Amino acid sequence: MLGYLIRRLFYAVLAVWAVSIISFFIINLPPGDYVTSYVAQLAIQGSIIQQEEVESLREFYGLDQPMYVQYLKWMNQIRQGNLGFSFEFGLPVNDVIGERLVLTMVLAAATVVFIWLVAIPIGILSAVRQYTIWDHTFTFFGFVGLAVPDFMLALVMMYLAFVLFNFSVGGLFSPEFVTAAWSSARVFDLAQHMLIPIIILGTAGTASLIRITRANLLDELRKPYVVTARAKGLPEWKLILKYPVRLALNPAISLTAYILPFLISGSIVVSVVLGLPTVGPILLKSLVAQDMFLAGGIILLIGWMTVVGTFLSDLLLLWADPRVKFEGR
Amino acid sequence: MESIPVEQELAPGTEDIVEERISVASQRQLIWWRFKRHRVAVVATAVVISFYVIVIFADFLATNTPADSEAFRGLMPPQPVRLFDGWKPSPHVCAVSGERNPITFQKDYTRDCTDKIQVRLFARGYEYKFLGVIPTDRHLLGMSDDTLRPEDHIYLLGTDKQGRDMYSRLLFGTRISLFIGLFGVGLSLVLGIVLGAVSGFYGGMTDNIIQRVVEIVRSIPAIPLYMGVAASFPPDWSILKIYFAITIIISLFAWTDLARVVRGRFLTMRDEDFVTAAMLVGASQRRIIFRHMLPSFYSHIIAAATLALPFMIIAETTLSFLGLGLRPPAISWGTLLQDAQNVQTIALTPWLLIPAIPVILVILALNFMGDGLRDAADPYST
Repeated sequence: MLGYLIRRLFYAVLAVWAVSIISFFIINLPPGDYVTSYVAQLAIQGSIIQQEEVESLREFYGLDQPMYVQYLKWMNQIRQGNLGFSFEFGLPVNDVIGERLVLTMVLAAATVVFIWLVAIPIGILSAVRQYTIWDHTFTFFGFVGLAVPDFMLALVMMYLAFVLFNFSVGGLFSPEFVTAAWSSARVFDLAQHMLIPIIILGTAGTASLIRITRANLLDELRKPYVVTARAKGLPEWKLILKYPVRLALNPAISLTAYILPFLISGSIVVSVVLGLPTVGPILLKSLVAQDMFLAGGIILLIGWMTVVGTFLSDLLLLWADPRVKFEGR
Repeated sequence: MESIPVEQELAPGTEDIVEERISVASQRQLIWWRFKRHRVAVVATAVVISFYVIVIFADFLATNTPADSEAFRGLMPPQPVRLFDGWKPSPHVCAVSGERNPITFQKDYTRDCTDKIQVRLFARGYEYKFLGVIPTDRHLLGMSDDTLRPEDHIYLLGTDKQGRDMYSRLLFGTRISLFIGLFGVGLSLVLGIVLGAVSGFYGGMTDNIIQRVVEIVRSIPAIPLYMGVAASFPPDWSILKIYFAITIIISLFAWTDLARVVRGRFLTMRDEDFVTAAMLVGASQRRIIFRHMLPSFYSHIIAAATLALPFMIIAETTLSFLGLGLRPPAISWGTLLQDAQNVQTIALTPWLLIPAIPVILVILALNFMGDGLRDAADPYST
């Protein structure tokens, strides 16, 4: 058990490191460096900067040193909780991302809960009532849900909501709550606005979880212990919920780790379409403006978030399925 | 290929014949029979094939030059073809004329169905090279010459903001989006097969390292990374360069699924007799991998590649939609849908959302096809 934990933790740390390397790589991709962009920014505002000043800035940021030193310096800054400065917003990156990152996390977590709540009962129903009209309907919708890209679903939902209900989807808060302080009313407002993004984001995950739950439960239902329980006269619903469902749920947990990266990816795109105040639109904006510290910071943080989420779902699986502990590799 | 109705009810006594047919059938035949049983997959395959045929003949099917912009005809509603004039068969479209609204300054279009524009098959249009070789100006559909007036036009699916023909643009966009998917899959196939084969064949430490890399690549959200890399393409790059760069970055993340499939097959097959036999006669490792083992699960690779294709197409479409992938004047599904980014445009000009239909159709069809192929790939299982 401890071995498994340590191994998982080690992979998580490796992934964290890989994400930081990739983010650093992306920050350095555009031609020129931080100071060049800064000088260009100042020039736009009309102030001229002395050549010596430029050099001293370069030195301060370590831009005259080799790549790995720059990387270490950047990491050191991040360790102190400083992600750098955003030109686009004229604010430290921390201030720009702040609440948006929290909302991104809330959205992803809520979507995971939504997927479980919707997919598991449907998966069970589809397996227990195999080849009925319900099963076929859900299987079909599952395929459609898997096939339609998130942003397109968002577009179509927006169109339908507008045409059918004359309702404009967008944002995560009603106008009066956008800048309001946190209160129960604001949380309620947020929950209301999050429903449609959650449905859009959760469709693909729900579809795959339905299919997996169905397939696993079907496997379990054929096993002898089910026959035994039935022969002993257990009520059907109790029998199914108590034994095979419990076993069939484990893959649902491991699937969560697998779909989390897709959820985060999807939330970026859906947020852009629906104008949600998550990190998505900011990431797009910063990339278009080549505001690389902001972009790199966002990519780093959502990458880390995903790694942590994956690790947590691994732990959850360990708790739910004791067999994992003994799984030697 | 001669096929036999394996499925149908058979007269008593014929089972033996069927049995015999099955036992002498080649693997290819078995796969085909198994695939045919999955009706949806067969239909889906037909859809996929027809899409690729359409894009090959995009020029012939188009009614207007896709880049031809006419600002005064921006955002014109679709003109569907009507086959009958009363009871008389006479294919035509209704003329649409526009007037600037003096209050909103929007262009208001009215469809006037008393003013008919006759259409015919194989009409003359802009000049192009059929299949890239034969110069011609014939198009499948167009306005007939004899009644043509200079102000007549035909925009089957309306026009975009710059007054470009959506229908023709959709055809060319489909071409780019479908082929970018193919190239991407080709690239990730190479990566996936090589790494998967090495991982599955050698096992041990190599396998461990490659599996860890796969796990890490999978645990990182791909879209933000694509966005980051794609945004840094210099603006002066040519369309072709961006096209290939996008394909490469997409396939750099998509190979993991293929590698997993290939590795799994190699692991199960490593101990098979024919592999041992090949080893014993002293075949080189490369020969064993590529001559003996790989061909025995081509069908699985094809299935996995088919399932990877929609992923590629979605990735490209999403990137271009966000404005980070292919850039205008390149046409792809993503750049077409870019015009339909907010509620206002969708509500006022819903036909800009039409490109979503082929995207969903193709992706669904590819998924069903891949599913059928995956089931058929192993015809010996029950």
